Amino acid sequence: MRIGDFKETYAADEALLRTPPVRFWMAVFGVALVVFPWVAGDYPVYLADLVGITVISALGLNLLTGFTGQISLGHAAFMGVGAYTAAALSSRWGLGLWATLPAAGGVAAAFGLVVGAPSLRIKGLYLAMATLAAQVIAEFGFVHLESITGGIRGINVPPARLGPLEFGTDRALYAVIVAVAALATWFAANLKRSAPGRAFVAVRDRDIAAEIMGVPLFGTKLRAFALGAFYAGVAGALWAYFMKVVTPEHFPLSLSIHYLAVIIVGGLGTVIGSVFGAVFMTLVPEILRGLASLARPHYPEAMVLLSPMTDVVFGGLIVGFLLFEPHGLAEIWQRTKRFFRLWPFVH
Amino acid sequence: MDFLIQLLVSGVAVGGVYALVGLGFVAIFKATGILNFATGEFMMIGAYFGYTALVGLHLPFWAALLVALAGAAAVALVVERALLRPLFGQPTITVVMVTLGLSSILKGLAQIIWTAEFRSFPRIFPRKPVFLGPAVVPSRLFYGFLIALAAVAVLAAFFRYARAGVAMRATASDQGAAYSLGVDIRRMFGLAWGIGAAAAALGGVVVGAIGGISPQLGALGLKVFPVVILGGLDSVAGAIVGGILIGVLENLAGGYLDPYVPGGSVKEVVPFLVLLLILLVRPYGLFGTREIERV
Repeated sequence: MRIGDFKETYAADEALLRTPPVRFWMAVFGVALVVFPWVAGDYPVYLADLVGITVISALGLNLLTGFTGQISLGHAAFMGVGAYTAAALSSRWGLGLWATLPAAGGVAAAFGLVVGAPSLRIKGLYLAMATLAAQVIAEFGFVHLESITGGIRGINVPPARLGPLEFGTDRALYAVIVAVAALATWFAANLKRSAPGRAFVAVRDRDIAAEIMGVPLFGTKLRAFALGAFYAGVAGALWAYFMKVVTPEHFPLSLSIHYLAVIIVGGLGTVIGSVFGAVFMTLVPEILRGLASLARPHYPEAMVLLSPMTDVVFGGLIVGFLLFEPHGLAEIWQRTKRFFRLWPFVH
Repeated sequence: MDFLIQLLVSGVAVGGVYALVGLGFVAIFKATGILNFATGEFMMIGAYFGYTALVGLHLPFWAALLVALAGAAAVALVVERALLRPLFGQPTITVVMVTLGLSSILKGLAQIIWTAEFRSFPRIFPRKPVFLGPAVVPSRLFYGFLIALAAVAVLAAFFRYARAGVAMRATASDQGAAYSLGVDIRRMFGLAWGIGAAAAALGGVVVGAIGGISPQLGALGLKVFPVVILGGLDSVAGAIVGGILIGVLENLAGGYLDPYVPGGSVKEVVPFLVLLLILLVRPYGLFGTREIERV
């Protein structure tokens, strides 16, 4: 059992990583992230990029839906706005990452403010409807605003650049994605324990009580929408560089639902849950694909059934987690840690 | 002028189907307060049940219709019992996400059972188009609308006169009071899901008969949201009026605005613009109950 965990200064008590073991394991994790692209094959690096983008976007949705309780069915639209912004800026004016990432986040945040504006009057189911409408209208816009988005043909995105550096391959882009994801996680973790983040949670838990305690409801909700959309926009920009082309099919309603699933499976309202959920939900289709190719010699139709099976497993995960593990993987992680911390005195 | 009438008439006909699916939605929301995002998928599996009964079992149309309704209702009862009852009283997002997960499961299962390929129904309705004044209505649309109309009338009568229908309305207006007067609330929840799924399934059969079916048919269920928000989430009359209004509106928009918008397909987006507008101006819709919140 771990003992002697006391603090002598407020600074030590308020640190993000409070105990030596936590600091040790985070350092190990950090080193692993740095070493990974040097030792891993192409496909794992590709998956890691995908996970990283998902982490960033899921963090944004978790800030909005998990922390603030505003259900959004328009997260894919936010990502799309960011992706198109970055794609347009880098393909037309050749701007580098230093400009495209903030711009993508900023434009998406502005779009998020517009989508969040109805939250002044409506909430819950009705707000979910408004975000659904925003998603459909944004998809329409991606197809029809041809002068900006290139219509259904989309935009070809040149490799990401930062000064003289060029991030053309998945392996190079990994550095950018991991750096941004780390920054995004760090910011979200800090936000969660500071006043604006607590205001988010207060609005989620009981909006009227929060308002009486001096939390400006509308302002807080709008801030959550802007921030969630900013994260999504940055993730969308990285997605654009990663895919090298942006088309309207990249950001359908089903992607919004996918992100909701990510934060539910990971854990609503937790930062680490966004990370777990992103890793898990990105790897599940890969695991299924692996199983299907294992089954193929015995059962030739396995590959045909792969896509519908993915649908079933995806829905099953959402339903199963909500019914049996509503706090998601983050809660399982807590339990596991508790088990080892209390060992051998479990229960 | 003829063009206008043509658009209006086919708009009304399509609206009849929207109204039907919208009713499936309202029946569930009214009794249980659950927004069923899997409505479109219930429509889709209903259509597949009907298709299987028609083509696989060679049943006559009316029997196939019964199979479709009963099949979808049975699935809904299982779903309600297994997935939604344990979540009673949980936050909105939980319930919404369970129905979203459910829609994904149903879509996947339909693809596994019936494969992803597009199938068209055998010809059910007479071939000859119907003439209404100057407008020509394709016979499938016309008869589809008649079926939708009949179903709506039956449902309205059920809510008005049948014992179970009255009990359902009682449950909707005040669960506590209904319970203390001997209404079995749990049975009502099951019943609401059964009726909701059956109405959606009927809509599915009509849509299938008009345009064929595929596992992606459920995407049409998205159109239900503008319909029921416009009419009011908990209003049977609202679903009907909303369905027809949205049907007409999208047809008019498609007919008159498409030439001016590069790329066209204005039809797809207009219902959602209406949805946003309604949410901002009058979130409880035309006929819905206005919720007032007090501290």
